[in-house]
Amino acid sequence: MPELKGWKELPIGGLIVEPGNAKQYKTGTWRVLRPVYQPENCIHCMQCWLYCPDQAIVVEIVDGKPKMRGYNYYYCKGCGLCANVCPKSTDPKTKQPAPEEKRAIVMRPETDFAEE
Amino acid sequence: MPLNAIELAKLFHDKNPGITPGHRMCPGCAAPNVVKFALMTAIAKGYHPVVGLATGCLEVSTTIFPYTAWNVPYIHNAFENVAATISGVETAFRAAKKRGEIPPDKKLAFFAFAGDGGTYDIGLQSLSGAVERGHKFIYIVYDNEGYMNTGNQRSGATPPGSDTTTAPVGKQIPGKLQLKKNIVEIMAAHENVYVATVAISEPIDFMKKIEKALEFDGPAFIAAHSACVRFWRVNDDKAVESARLAVETLYWPLYEVERGVYRVTKKITNPKPVEEYIRSQGRFRPLLSRPDAKEIIEELQQYVTSRYERLLALEEITKDKPLRGPWAKEDFQTDEHAM
Repeated sequence: MPELKGWKELPIGGLIVEPGNAKQYKTGTWRVLRPVYQPENCIHCMQCWLYCPDQAIVVEIVDGKPKMRGYNYYYCKGCGLCANVCPKSTDPKTKQPAPEEKRAIVMRPETDFAEE
Repeated sequence: MPLNAIELAKLFHDKNPGITPGHRMCPGCAAPNVVKFALMTAIAKGYHPVVGLATGCLEVSTTIFPYTAWNVPYIHNAFENVAATISGVETAFRAAKKRGEIPPDKKLAFFAFAGDGGTYDIGLQSLSGAVERGHKFIYIVYDNEGYMNTGNQRSGATPPGSDTTTAPVGKQIPGKLQLKKNIVEIMAAHENVYVATVAISEPIDFMKKIEKALEFDGPAFIAAHSACVRFWRVNDDKAVESARLAVETLYWPLYEVERGVYRVTKKITNPKPVEEYIRSQGRFRPLLSRPDAKEIIEELQQYVTSRYERLLALEEITKDKPLRGPWAKEDFQTDEHAM
């Protein structure tokens, strides 16, 4: 939260003159569950990127192909939609939730990371 | 052709598609995805989007002073007149183009986003007027079936049996008594319009319809199923799942109406019972403990089945029989009152 401006410094009419300045606002503090990325299981299908409501998935282009590179925890609210749509979260044979070590995204309580 | 997730990621991995992160929608809300899909399609097709917002969740949580989560031209006016506002913006654009103030090859796409309160109830008259005048804009309703911004009040879009603060499930009544208003048919009755229903669980179908709306010569209305994870009492990560279930149970049939011609875009051969959709959400849980729950579910089941059958029949009848031809637009596009 920036220092609030006085009435003399504010643009006339209280206008917001910088487009998209919500990017400065940290929504990562809302997080209760933290998505942890396990790159060895990822197939880079971009479903998590497509569905992330907060655009918190970091994607890098390598040889013309997009590659998932983890999370931007400044914005991630920890909703878990990415883990839900991830095809690696479901076991292809049994259609049941896959074991944690086989998933690409695991949701862990934020309290596990409290010391960081 | 709509782009798949990989192609879209190539285009948008380093830029924001109209809406930026840092907005304060609830975690797991489906509305930012509705906006993202629509604006990404427009930008990928070479359009410059212009956004109008009605009052609602999306408006109050993306534009909290001193921040705005929009990096495209944006206008908000009031709850009831987003369609009137965006039609004025569109007319101003055409007038400026005619005067040569804007290069003639610049393509703008006018989007109006509103919740179900701003569409089904409050904004209906201005929406009807704007569509009747034939302005070229795309109106997208993210339908979360209630006034969720102010705390779960009943709206015209709330399904029967749902527990809301103004129609609570109690000893006397089983929640909301009436069926959901069929806004898609109301808008389709304006005839010179492209109307479609979409769900975020079908992104290709979603973007195909947005693309069609962009190319359509006239107004377009898109109704998007958009789960409210808070007041539907579902988990944060269930927005896509409940959209998928809504499509599979025929609760939210995916179809489009183009000048009176119906087309069911996703045919469901073995629909799941609508009870599955109801049991997956906590807002129906008070209903399920009532003795008459079975009858209400049965009634809803009959309604969704007959509605789907009717849609299939309409698709058959209206094939190649548009209600209005392309002539309908001419009197408007060549008009002088735009000056």
